[in-house]
Formats: sequence, C-alpha cells, structure tokens
Amino acid sequence: MNNKKINDDKKYLFDNPQNIKRVLYALYGCCLILFGLDFVINRHIYHSWENIWGFYPIYGFVGCVVLVLVATWMRHFLMRPEDYYDSEEEKDKLKTGGHDVDV
Amino acid sequence: MWMFEIPPFVPFFIGAVVILFTRGILRSAIMIAIPVVGAIHLWMVPDGLSFQLSFLDYQLMPYRVDKLSLMFGYVFHIAAFIAIVYSLHIRDTMQQVAAMLYAGSALGAVFAGDLLTLFVFWELLAFTSVFLIWARRTERSYAAGMRYLIIQVLSGVILLAGALFYGAENGSLEFGKIGLEGMAGWLIFIAFGIKCAFPILHNWLTDAYPEATVTGTVFLSAFTTKVAVYALARGYPGTELLVYIGAAMTCFPIFFAVIENDLRRVLAYSLINQVGFMVVGIGIGTALAINGAIAHAFNDVIFKGLLFMSMGAVLHMTGRINGSDLGGLYKTMPKTTVLCIVGAASISAFPLFSGFVSKSMVMSAALENGFDWIWLMLLFASAGVFHHAGIKIPYFAFFAHDSGIRASDPPANMLIAMLIAACLCIGIGVYPSVLYALLPYDTGYNPYDATHVLAQTQLLFFSALAFVWLNLKGMYPPELRSVVLDADWLYRRMFPTVFQNLFSVIHKADNGLRRAFLVRLEKRLDNLAVRHERLSGLLSRNHPVGSMVMWVAVILATYLFLSFFR
Repeated sequence: MNNKKINDDKKYLFDNPQNIKRVLYALYGCCLILFGLDFVINRHIYHSWENIWGFYPIYGFVGCVVLVLVATWMRHFLMRPEDYYDSEEEKDKLKTGGHDVDV
Repeated sequence: MWMFEIPPFVPFFIGAVVILFTRGILRSAIMIAIPVVGAIHLWMVPDGLSFQLSFLDYQLMPYRVDKLSLMFGYVFHIAAFIAIVYSLHIRDTMQQVAAMLYAGSALGAVFAGDLLTLFVFWELLAFTSVFLIWARRTERSYAAGMRYLIIQVLSGVILLAGALFYGAENGSLEFGKIGLEGMAGWLIFIAFGIKCAFPILHNWLTDAYPEATVTGTVFLSAFTTKVAVYALARGYPGTELLVYIGAAMTCFPIFFAVIENDLRRVLAYSLINQVGFMVVGIGIGTALAINGAIAHAFNDVIFKGLLFMSMGAVLHMTGRINGSDLGGLYKTMPKTTVLCIVGAASISAFPLFSGFVSKSMVMSAALENGFDWIWLMLLFASAGVFHHAGIKIPYFAFFAHDSGIRASDPPANMLIAMLIAACLCIGIGVYPSVLYALLPYDTGYNPYDATHVLAQTQLLFFSALAFVWLNLKGMYPPELRSVVLDADWLYRRMFPTVFQNLFSVIHKADNGLRRAFLVRLEKRLDNLAVRHERLSGLLSRNHPVGSMVMWVAVILATYLFLSFFR
C-alpha cells in the first residue's frame, strides 16, 4: 500500500477555486443553452407530457432533488452504526483500529 | 466441422485444470489465450447449431446456438478477457481457477438447450463464484459468501423442481418460452428472479459483491445477473408482470445508492437498477424492447465492469473504499479518474457513450406500447442513475474534499483492462450499428435523432445542476460511516432474533412443564408409598406372622373349594 499522507505543496487543478468556478459556469451555460434549444429544435412528440414547456429539464431537476431529499429522510430510520451486523470479535477488531480492507 | 461441436465452456474448464498445474508467465499466457481462442471459435460457429443426447426418458440438448445465446456468448468472452487482464497481477491459484470455472459455467448456461443442463450450470455458477468472495479471506467475506451460496443454491433447487414439473407437464425439457402458466412456470420464474435480483430477493447481490476481492467483483458483476437476464429473455418474453418488477428494480435501489457509503456497494445497487431496465424490456416483449434489453445487457457488462474496475483500483491502491475516507484522488490517479468518468458517462447514457444506444431502445418501446407511468419511472431512474453512479462515484472518490491520500495509478495491467473497456464503451456509443447487427431482430432503430439526444442531454444536465445546487446549499447527504438497512435485515437480524427468542421461550416453557410434571409425579408416588407402606400394606417391607397365616388359610380354603369340582 502506498497511501502516504503527505502535505505536498504542489497545486493541483482544482486547488484553485477559480477553476471550480469555471467548471460550474460551464455547466450553467450548457444548461441554459439546452433549455433554449427546446424552443428551436422541433422534436417528435410521442407523448403529450413532452409538450409541456421544458419537460425534460424540469423533470430531471425535480426528480433528483426529490430523490436526494427522500434518501436523506430514509437515513432517519435505516441508518445503523457501521459494525451493526458484525460479530463481537469483529467489533473488537474494529475498535482496536484494524481495518478490514485488503487487496 | 468437428470443431464447431465443442461447446464454448469446454476451453474454460480445460483451462482451469491447466492453470492449476502451471505457474508464472505461462499461466498468465494461458489465461489470456483462452478467451481469445474461445471468441474466435465462437465467431465461426454457425447460428442454429445444436447437439442432442438422450438421458433417461428425456431428449437433452446440452449445446444449442442461436442469435440470443450468441450475443451473450460474445459479451461473456469480452468480459472474461477484460477481467483476466485486470487480474493478471494476482498470485492466487484459488481465485484464478474459480474465475475460469465461473466464466465457463456462465457460457455453459447461455448455450444450454434444455432445463436440466441449465440447472447444472446454474448451480456451478454459484459454487464457482463463491470462491471469488471467500478469496478476500476476511470474516465478513466468509459470512457474506455463505449467505450468497445459500441463496444461490436455493435458486438452483427451485429451478430443478420447476424443471421436473415442466418435464411432467410437457413431456419435454427443452428450454424455450415457458410463460407463467402452471406450477412449473412459477417455480422457474422465481428461480430466475432470485438470480436476477428481483426486489426483496436482491440482497445477496448488494451483500456479497462488495465483500469480494478487487478482481473477483469484476468477474461477479459480469456473469450471474446477465445469465438470469438471458434466461428471462428466453423463457418469459412479453410477460407483463416483468414490466412492473423491472420498473421497481430501476427505482428503489437508487435511493439506497444515494446514502450508501461503500462505493462498491453503490455500484452493486446501480447494477440492480440497470438490470431493471433489461427486465422491463423483456416484459414489454416487442422486437425493439427485446433488442433493447439484450443490447443493454451487452453494454452493461462492459461499463459496469469498467466502474467496478476503477473502484477496485482505488481499493487496491489506497486500501479504502468508503466515500467518507476518499476524495481528491484525481491529483495522483489521473488515468483512473478519466477511465472512471468514461464508465460513469456510459452508465448515465450520455450520447456518444454505450449506455445511450441501448437504454433509449427500452424507453422508446415503453412509450410506444402505452406504458406511460412505467416510462416516467424509467426516466426518473435514468436521472437517478446519473446522480449516484454518474456523479457520486467519481465525485466522492476522485474529487470532493481532499482526503490527503496520495496513491498512484494502479499497475499497468489494470489500466490496460480499463482502457479496453473504456474504448468499447465509446466505440459502441459512436458506432451502434456494429452492436445492432448482432441483435436477434432487425428493427432499423436509430438512437441519434434530435429528439432523443436533446431530451437525454437536457435530463442529464439538469440532474447535474440539481447535484450542484444541493451541494452548494449543503442539502446533499454527507458520506457517513454507517450500515443502511435493507431487506437483508429480515434474514440477518429479524429472523435470527425472532427464532432465538422463540426458541428460548419454547425452551423455558418446556422446562417448566417437565418440572411441574415431575413434581406432581413425585408427589403421587410419595402419596402411594405412604399409603401402602404401613404394616402389611401393599408396598410394606415388614409383614406380621398373622397375615401370613391368614393367607395360608386362604390358599388352603381355595384348594378345598376346588376339590369339590373333581
């Protein structure tokens, strides 16, 4: 294993917050253009819902937000400690710092 | 030609024996050569070939070739080749032999022409693959492998029962369209359903796959579920129930995937989600839908393999796989990052990547056949799969917060295997006609029209926007070290607890009853003893002389009395 934790001074691509902003702006730009294309491109309609203005973008956005909110809410009653299913010996091993990941 | 008569599983089984007795480079060379030779051989095998023999009263067909089985045969060879290249650095005979036998069993199953042969390979799949889980050699993997084996063998036993019923009902064991009529149909359906990870029957997959070895998971993700998809496509095309089961399979795992911490378990959930698309396609049953299901199975083997390989590379190099422990790996693992993103784009069905050209067929078929609500569910699942597999996996492993881990890219063989898979993902995405030519039906479908491309891109980009928005607002659930309960809680916690309590109650009640009975019995005996122990009583030890004289008198009187009757 060569997972050394080192505080290297090397600057990587996304260490510069400016670059993260650039990526985000590119995403916003793409979204805007795609939304705009809805008015330009004449698509075949298979279903009446597709006539709704901006159906796919809105469905994608709302769907994902609902997905994440419901999943977060599910944590309240489905989440358990990491060693929930482990046997007593395995729990002791985890307590003493042993990591069960291997090659 | 005699050569064609060799079923495709034979080279893999012979290879497994040969590599048992070889070492080092020779073993590696043989392992690589087998899928290559097998694929060339399969390429020349003519469609429609079959091979029959009689067993007891039944006509068996252990080897049958048609377009459906060929399609799975091709992709299994590709998957075996990629996974073998990926695992070339391994020096573990048990794993290598098990992997060869496992790939061979999958090939045997898809070329089986009768249910009995199918059953044999069905069980072999279970027995060979479990060693890829146990090879991790941890207590957890041992227990997970045991649970996996029990469920898989159960599926096989149900299949055997179904096959016997089927033979009795139809007088033939030929594996063709079965349908849900009669006992046999349902038993076989359930057996296929277990291996296909139908909802509630799905936990063997999310339980065992993340506990397997780095390379073992890559093999596992390719074969078992796809054999089940093949079996459903052959036995139950157009069964409407499958549409609803499949739609459920596409939707429920994505919720679990969003909150799961182990990134390989996230991929296991998304594997169920992808199989759901195939099951919907089989359930619709039109030429376009079946084509879509099979094409998606073909693509899924490759892009899901790629994703499992990239997460395997992370686990191999860092020793960690929890989203909460990882992050910032793009800095030192740039190649793995790019290859993972290709896999993520493919599974999310971005245009020009392989997922797009097959998933859109199933979606179009759902819409054409009036399954409106199902189509909406599939659309939601498409957005969801992008969310958890397309963004979450690369984001939490390679970007997000810097974990401080500075692991380098994995060994060359792992990178090459991932590169081959990535090239196939893009190649099929750009030239889908190559894939379509292999499909069983000719539908003239073209995925690249403005409607599909625009709709899919809009859906995906706005899903990405939702991810960014939720993250910036701090509403995205953080990765937490945790276990998320799923249906496996029933047999891992509830049943054991219920049965333990039940047995302890029964034990106590039983103990109490016995004791109460004993006490009563003792009392009765004491009572009896006391009553009959007095002088000249029934159980008395001492008898007075008087009573003896009395009894002698009685006997003598009896003699006297009897003598009157002479």
